[in-house]
Amino acid sequence: MFQFWVSLYRKYAADSERGFEGMENPGYRSGSFDSLHQSSDDDDDEMVDIAGATLDFSNTDDDPPLSSGGYEEHSSSSRAAGMNGNGPSKFVDPLEDPLPGVGTYEDFNTIDWVREKTKDRDRHREITNKSKLSTVALLHSISDAFSGWLLMLLVGLMSGALAGGIDIAAHWLTDMKEGVCLIGFWFNHEHCCWTSNETTFKERDQCPQWQSWAELITGTSEGPFAYIMNYLMYIFWALLFAFLAVTLVRAFAPYACGSGIPEIKTILSGFIIRGYLGKWTLIIKTITLVLAVSSGLSLGKEGPLVHVACCCANILCHLFTKYRKNEAKRREVLSAAAAVGVSVAFGAPIGGVLFSLEEVSYYFPLKTLWRSFFAALVAAFTLRSINPFGNSRLVLFYVEFHAPWHMLELAPFILLGIFGGLWGALFIRANIAWCRRRKTTRLGHYPVMEVLVVTALTAVVAYPNSYTRMSGAELISELFNDCSLLDSSQLCGYKPPANTSETGVGNSLADRPAGEGLYTALWQLALALVFKIMVTVITFGMKVPSGLFIPSMAVGAIAGRLLGVGMEQLAYYHHDWFLFKGWCSPGADCITPGLYAMVGAAACLGGVTRMTVSLVVIMFELTGGLEYIVPLMAATMTSKWVADAFGREGIYEAHIRLNGYPFLEPKEEFEHSSLTVDVMRPRRSDPALAVLTQEGMTVEEVEALVESTRYSGFPVVVSQESQRLVGFVFRRDLLISIDNARKRQEGVVGASQVVFTEHAPAHAADAPPPLRLRGILDLSPFTVTDHTPMDITVDIFRKLGLRQCLVTHNGRLLGIITKKDILKHMAQIANRDPDSILFN
Amino acid sequence: MSTAERVHYKPEAAQTTEGALLISISTARNSEDIRCKCICPPYREFPGQIYKQNVSLKDCNCLHVVEPMPVEGKDVEAYCLRCECKYEERSSGTIKVTIIMYLSILGLLLLYMVYLTLLEPILKRRLFGHSQLIQNDDDVGDQQPFANAHNVLSRSHSRPNMLNKVEHAQQRWRRQVQEQRKSVFDRHVVLS
Repeated sequence: MFQFWVSLYRKYAADSERGFEGMENPGYRSGSFDSLHQSSDDDDDEMVDIAGATLDFSNTDDDPPLSSGGYEEHSSSSRAAGMNGNGPSKFVDPLEDPLPGVGTYEDFNTIDWVREKTKDRDRHREITNKSKLSTVALLHSISDAFSGWLLMLLVGLMSGALAGGIDIAAHWLTDMKEGVCLIGFWFNHEHCCWTSNETTFKERDQCPQWQSWAELITGTSEGPFAYIMNYLMYIFWALLFAFLAVTLVRAFAPYACGSGIPEIKTILSGFIIRGYLGKWTLIIKTITLVLAVSSGLSLGKEGPLVHVACCCANILCHLFTKYRKNEAKRREVLSAAAAVGVSVAFGAPIGGVLFSLEEVSYYFPLKTLWRSFFAALVAAFTLRSINPFGNSRLVLFYVEFHAPWHMLELAPFILLGIFGGLWGALFIRANIAWCRRRKTTRLGHYPVMEVLVVTALTAVVAYPNSYTRMSGAELISELFNDCSLLDSSQLCGYKPPANTSETGVGNSLADRPAGEGLYTALWQLALALVFKIMVTVITFGMKVPSGLFIPSMAVGAIAGRLLGVGMEQLAYYHHDWFLFKGWCSPGADCITPGLYAMVGAAACLGGVTRMTVSLVVIMFELTGGLEYIVPLMAATMTSKWVADAFGREGIYEAHIRLNGYPFLEPKEEFEHSSLTVDVMRPRRSDPALAVLTQEGMTVEEVEALVESTRYSGFPVVVSQESQRLVGFVFRRDLLISIDNARKRQEGVVGASQVVFTEHAPAHAADAPPPLRLRGILDLSPFTVTDHTPMDITVDIFRKLGLRQCLVTHNGRLLGIITKKDILKHMAQIANRDPDSILFN
Repeated sequence: MSTAERVHYKPEAAQTTEGALLISISTARNSEDIRCKCICPPYREFPGQIYKQNVSLKDCNCLHVVEPMPVEGKDVEAYCLRCECKYEERSSGTIKVTIIMYLSILGLLLLYMVYLTLLEPILKRRLFGHSQLIQNDDDVGDQQPFANAHNVLSRSHSRPNMLNKVEHAQQRWRRQVQEQRKSVFDRHVVLS
């Protein structure tokens, strides 16, 4: 670790020493990958890679890197292979075959949305034009238009099926910690006692078919020995599951750890992390998610399900050329997949679409909205037909009550909102501090040990308290539940009313004093609250798949339930208070503790993630009660305000910043009054911008320029003197084209001229033929003038998804400004270390 | 819920023999997979009770399911009014298949992991003799299989076949995982 920082420091020191300007190649890659690649020479590294890649193309008979893997390509040898086989048709010389690799991006780089969109538009235009010519082409154009919807259908089906499988397996494996079913080991506790008639009203989940480990091993289910046996088995299974999860993640797909939402957010904004949405990540995440959830750790499956859905979408994208070859189009599909993930996680299709819109997506046109809607629908339908819980519900904690609420109750709801906001702010601070510690100190060197220790701690502390022993979703479902006469849980341990038979209208448990059982439950819940708060902070971010939704909701639900019961008892003992007079008369069912739990859950989740609309819709879809929208809205809004007062960013943005991903936050305003000329490169003291001229440079000169710098692209000008802008060419495209030409094109040698103009100039008969590269030249780069205020430039970057923009002065090229420059500038304004932005 | 049955009655008059046959077939197929569960709260001196029966949706109500009825004559209605009956369906086949599939995938992955970490280095050692072993031991432990892999590839390059392709793809994949592992676990640049 230390070495890494040193090398990174060296990198940046070297940068400033050499006075690099313009587009830096990722400091991250060259700074840190040199430890992987044998070569320690940073600048050469790139060249070696590219050359190797092109070499790969020339003998593709053995293993065509293009056809296989695609997005998976990550290794240095096939990095150039990329996923976009062809360059944009506009750019490519019609006489020449499009080169493989041109128009693709390197790992850990940002895509240029404008370039991708142009590419897609050209492609679409070409298909439309052709479709008038023949029937086959017409069919092709129709299938092309239809493919988006077909893809959505497949994504929905696949994600829904996977989510159903995860639900069933997780439920089973969670119960495995307690015992085993004798009539079929594949049944969980509830399904084991599905038809059993031995269940009683008090012990409604006990049946002889289900044997706890103590019963199996010692033959008795009572007494301290059996308790200790069960305790030990619980810890054993928890440790085993956690160990399997973390070793599988480590061995096969390191990218499968964590929640995935910060990375998906970054990917959707245009970043490339190869393999992050690959098939191994999908398999391992699906398998280990079940293990992690069942190990009893304080984590949920909702966030990882979003990642799983995005993996499905990315893999299915390979079936359709339109999406395989275009990064921007692929991101539209991924946006919809994020919606699918939430749709299956909460059984809330509309909430999922809004979640994608509000929380994860960067570019969300109406077309994507409709597609997300459709995909979420298909996914929810698939999950419903699998029926994972056997109760025709999509989530475990579906609630159904319709008790009314009074306006005065808004006060405690807002109180819950304040609690949620405080919890959110506290959690983000504490978790980020802990993750930074993990990132920078020795703690990070022992991921397996860390997971095992946290699991052991969780299991040892959680088992004695029945509210922490049960899984998060079950806990939430119990807390959301409204007490009726039908319930026998501890939480409903009210004192029985004196006149039993007379109050027998309906099943509601209105207005009763708390009894022994409820008091026990309350202090157990209070302990569970403290425990959950502490353990969630250290759990989120460990190297197992871990979501945040369920633990946050559990914290909020516990707090809400406590407050709800408190309110209820207050009302019971003080019916005559003026506050309760009029709406809470004796015998009336005026306060519903379950509703408080629900509001609390929404408030806490809102405080952590800073979602508002989508959160309320998700909660509303969970409950199916329109009448609770106002309490939920009040609590969510309050929690957002309170949490925002302590720090503007939600947990996902905080993690994005912690990792230094290049993410231009669309919600933040840019308020500083700097001008573009202050941010652009080269700075005043730096040497002039490295440019290519449209003609007159030889291949050798171009190669020398490219090799001596590490920029990802070069502006092309008319001539060095005039500095009038012609276009922009990417380093990667340039290297691939030159290398290819040297190998394949007759007569191209070091002394050949590189020509970017439309018509090659007349050259002497004895001179080698020129190398024409107009095909890879981007003729429409974005430009701003040097006195454009930065806020406008930032807006242009955000809205158009630019990667770089050229800066002109009096019409002459002056400099270049990249997304990374902007992010560094913003970091500087916010008094943060600008070098924390690691990636391009 | 104050109503005794949430299940709606359907008019049965129009039921043809065909329909009855269909229903009987479907109930016969998964008789274990449907249940009607009635929860009856304590009533007077009778304790709370749970009743479960294999009945179809239309019979899922207190009168059909609660057997033996604990109360007499006129109290039946009052008792049943408090009970809540729910019709539930599951698919035990799906559960079985899912769990077995999950376990087999997990088992395969574990076996493969054990193979990659324990057995393969031993096999390589056997295959390539002692000299290379010493040479490779100087390397970082993780790199060792790849050094061998390159040898394998270069040796058998003369006759490219299916096995080679698989081997090649596997090596490429492992290199990717290696890089991912380095960036996630060792350098902590992504996903931390």
